[in-house]
Amino acid sequence: MKYVSIIVLLMLSYWAVAVDTQQLATPEQQAIYESLTSELRCLVCQNQTIADSNAELAADLRRQVAEMLEQGKSKQDVINFMTERYGDFVLYKPPFKAKTSLLWLGPGLFLLFGVIAVLLVVRRKKMSSAGAIISSEKQKKISKLLEEGDGS
Amino acid sequence: MLKYLLPLLIFVVMAIFLGLGLNLKPNEIPSPFIDKPAPSFSAAKLDNPEQKLTPADLKGQVWLFNVWASWCVSCREEHEVLNQFAQQKAVTIVGLNYKDDPAAAKNWLQGLGNPYDVSIMDQDGRIGIDWGVYGVPETFVVDKQGIVRYKHTGPVSAEDIQAIFLPLITKLQAGT
Repeated sequence: MKYVSIIVLLMLSYWAVAVDTQQLATPEQQAIYESLTSELRCLVCQNQTIADSNAELAADLRRQVAEMLEQGKSKQDVINFMTERYGDFVLYKPPFKAKTSLLWLGPGLFLLFGVIAVLLVVRRKKMSSAGAIISSEKQKKISKLLEEGDGS
Repeated sequence: MLKYLLPLLIFVVMAIFLGLGLNLKPNEIPSPFIDKPAPSFSAAKLDNPEQKLTPADLKGQVWLFNVWASWCVSCREEHEVLNQFAQQKAVTIVGLNYKDDPAAAKNWLQGLGNPYDVSIMDQDGRIGIDWGVYGVPETFVVDKQGIVRYKHTGPVSAEDIQAIFLPLITKLQAGT
């Protein structure tokens, strides 16, 4: 048990390996910096944000974000700067456009398909169980047979 | 009937989507610069840092903007193709020496040949950011008005030159 917990703790230490982050002048700027770097995709290692990535490009982009904020640029300015250069792909939260509509609506559509499928199945089940009502004569015969079966 | 058709239908739909997924190249992010003016820069030339080059200097000619670095492994593969292409003198080739050590870059050109009409330096990667560079090598085609017409990510092969670059360059050279 001791060893297991040591191993688990060692695994957790991964999170402590911080990527070099910039220190900005004011806490407000720092907060914007942190939210921005965790919303921008590192384009070299596409499944990481630039806050998480050790890639050189990510470091350059972090520097760029820090510099722009220090020049007094707003969050939107930085987002515009990045999308002008790298396209919407750089954003982890892409804007809603004709091109990204499937991305945004897709999960809803799948849910809708699922609900429709469930409704259809349920209805079919109901219909088939309705068809299974048997004539009272047969029913009597069945219970008689069952009783006989019990007796033996 | 539906009972048997439905799984088949689901299979076909999934096969289509997965098939499309196989052909997608997530590494190739479409450049937002296509048909837009080339991003500006004023950068020191590799062989003569005193001199600067800006896109305005290249107005009136079709040029290839090739992002390269001596540390970049796949640039080596591409370099031979560029050397051969440069001999055809079909287009001005400008090199962007991206995040590189100038001495190492010069060494590389001396050792492997220099396909570039001029190379400029981008040691801190700022020109790269302005051009949306995320992987080296990358190659842009810019027309006579300074409009970006094409971007290729990754090493350019001899087939790419024949199939894509040459026809495009010929077309752009014919334009005004």
